Amino acid sequence: MFRTIFKGKSFSGGVKVPENKLTENESVEVFPAPKRAVLPLAQHIGAPCEPVVKRGDKVKTGQIIANSKAFVSAPIHASISGKVTGFIKTITPSSGKVVEAIVIDSDGEDEWERMEAMDLSAPRDELLKRIRDAGIVGLGGATFPTHVKLSPPKDKRIDTIILNGCECEPYVTSDHRVMLEEGEKVLLGLEVIKRILSCDNAIIAIEENKENAISHLRDLIKRKKISTEVVSLKTKYPQGAEKVLIKVLLNREVPLEGLPFDVGVIVQNVSTARAIYEAVFEGKALIRRVLTVTGMVKRPKNLLVRFGTSIESLIDHCGRMEGANEVITGGPMMGISLPVLDLPVTKDVNCILVKRSLRIEERDCIRCGSCVRACPMNLLPTELVKYIKAGMYERCSEYYIDDCMECGSCAYVCPAGIPIVQYIKVAKNEIRRRVKGGS
Amino acid sequence: MAVDKKLSLMPGPHIRKEVSIEKIMYLFSLALMLPAGASIFLFGRHALFIILTGVLSAVFTEYIAKRIRRQRFRMDGSALITGLLLALTLPPRLPLWMVALGAVFAIAVAKEAFGGLGYNIFNPALAGRAFLTACFPKEMTRWVLPFEAVTSPTPLNSGFVWHNGKIALYKHLFLGNVGGSLGETSALLILIAGFLLLALGIIDWRIPLCYIGTVALLTFSFGKDPLFHVLAGGLMFGAFFMATDYVTTPITGKGRIIFAAGAGVLTVMIRLFGGMPEGVCFSILLMNAFTPLIDRYVRPRPFGWRKTDEQKRGS
Repeated sequence: MFRTIFKGKSFSGGVKVPENKLTENESVEVFPAPKRAVLPLAQHIGAPCEPVVKRGDKVKTGQIIANSKAFVSAPIHASISGKVTGFIKTITPSSGKVVEAIVIDSDGEDEWERMEAMDLSAPRDELLKRIRDAGIVGLGGATFPTHVKLSPPKDKRIDTIILNGCECEPYVTSDHRVMLEEGEKVLLGLEVIKRILSCDNAIIAIEENKENAISHLRDLIKRKKISTEVVSLKTKYPQGAEKVLIKVLLNREVPLEGLPFDVGVIVQNVSTARAIYEAVFEGKALIRRVLTVTGMVKRPKNLLVRFGTSIESLIDHCGRMEGANEVITGGPMMGISLPVLDLPVTKDVNCILVKRSLRIEERDCIRCGSCVRACPMNLLPTELVKYIKAGMYERCSEYYIDDCMECGSCAYVCPAGIPIVQYIKVAKNEIRRRVKGGS
Repeated sequence: MAVDKKLSLMPGPHIRKEVSIEKIMYLFSLALMLPAGASIFLFGRHALFIILTGVLSAVFTEYIAKRIRRQRFRMDGSALITGLLLALTLPPRLPLWMVALGAVFAIAVAKEAFGGLGYNIFNPALAGRAFLTACFPKEMTRWVLPFEAVTSPTPLNSGFVWHNGKIALYKHLFLGNVGGSLGETSALLILIAGFLLLALGIIDWRIPLCYIGTVALLTFSFGKDPLFHVLAGGLMFGAFFMATDYVTTPITGKGRIIFAAGAGVLTVMIRLFGGMPEGVCFSILLMNAFTPLIDRYVRPRPFGWRKTDEQKRGS
């Protein structure tokens, strides 16, 4: 196991951020199924779903209520049993887009509709179909439909699977708790991934601040005699970014505008692996997830929450604190702040961070170059901002704006308080709009 | 769906490093207190007056310039540093009105006329010094020995003679007991202050290392004494405090290496072949002019970049 000597391996760029993992020792608490669930029809990257139920229909927990014929899409399931009482517009907490959502009012029964349980001997296509039918998407936050990620083009040979348990965002501990409390499920989920990709070489990557998760998974692997390696990585942001992770573990660089399968790698999040386990071995659709409620709440917690539960109810459950005026879904580095709290938990919400907002004045760049050294993609963030501010969008591609993964390291270190990522996001949208406009 | 007024919507990242322009500037000025203190110790009360005049005129000029430009004046510490740096590069007996004039030029012309902090091309303090050198060549080259009012050339001047052996010369140069500008004489204190700034991560090690290294290497290959050339004159001061200015030097590591090496080459050229004994000031100013060009063409290889991506860059 030569890779174990890579303990503490790291990458160039990135930033040291205060970890603030307040909830790392809090066992996952099951949050009761809500009286009402609001389920947006687009909770993933790809085609939004069409409802397959109508107002007044009775639905069971785990029943498909919206689906799409598109390949890059994942169905939505009822997260509680009850009656469809209507369709409303809501905002998805992570994208801020206004989308349609199905409202289900609970009958209090929580009657499940399960799929047939399978095991590893099932044919590969069946396993892939099951992952799609269960509505599984990347739970690390990207929400890319998992069955698509697990179907790389025929000409791309996959030689390594990386299971991502880095969780490099401060505050967030949901993946950490999943690894500790449901390590077996994670490992069995990984076996399904291995089987689908016919690849036996797997690495579980965990930052060294989760020592107990590392040793727990190593123990399990030894006991079960699985051929998987757990690699401890230095705690540094953004260690868990796909491209960074592949570089650190395998010294391979995903090409510009390329994807991990271009270098023979598939990366999956540990919570996604757990979801795959439940879909395959227990026949359960993805209707809930572990998320962290943390920051300025009286009792920070890790909660197992049904999708469609109101974010406000989770904050109330953990105890609101005076003085907090900002709520963020996701971690503090890449998460976004919410305009309202009456929003449903969707598949990508791994953390709800309650905090007092930072008021940062934007000043002129003093060209200190901190952002240049912090950028894990080797870009020149300050130069990008210079051209964006001047409206010279055509220069942006010359400075590889599309290679920016918006990790926020640059803005984190900026002494002039320039919201660099915000500028880059706006410019990317503008460039996309211009390209679409055909000009 | 109405936006909740009590919630604030902020762009990410939602946490920021404990750093600000002020913090950097004031830590930098704090480090400069070492050579400043040394200059007062070595050259007496007039050194203190020069420093105070430099700082006050710089800050006052910045205030006036901001008023004229209808911008908000803020004590961000940058004008303070300019005044301090300018003062420390001046001869110990310079009349105070000249010091003030230099500071006015530095801030009003070299900094604010170009757009203020972040937009200036030339290092304001060095521009101020160059201006004074051009206007008052006699006063700007009148040097005295520390602790006494006796005029004496700087070690780099052709009139400089030394009889007490090399080791003693190095010792004098190291401690600062030689003629020269206020802050440049004591290599020891510059090193302490410089390493402080390096440890705090405020300045980039590449610049002093490459600048001083280039000068040592070149003077050695021209058959001169490299240690003497490193310790004498304003090289150490310039390498740690002037060539490391954020605004007027490249932003990339590679760019900074090129900048520093270029300044090193120019310094040696001026010292050995030019008409002036010292070339640090002009070499840095010249390289300042190249900074935009360096930043335009010296860029890091982006992550995942391959040879085949090369065409895209040109398009």
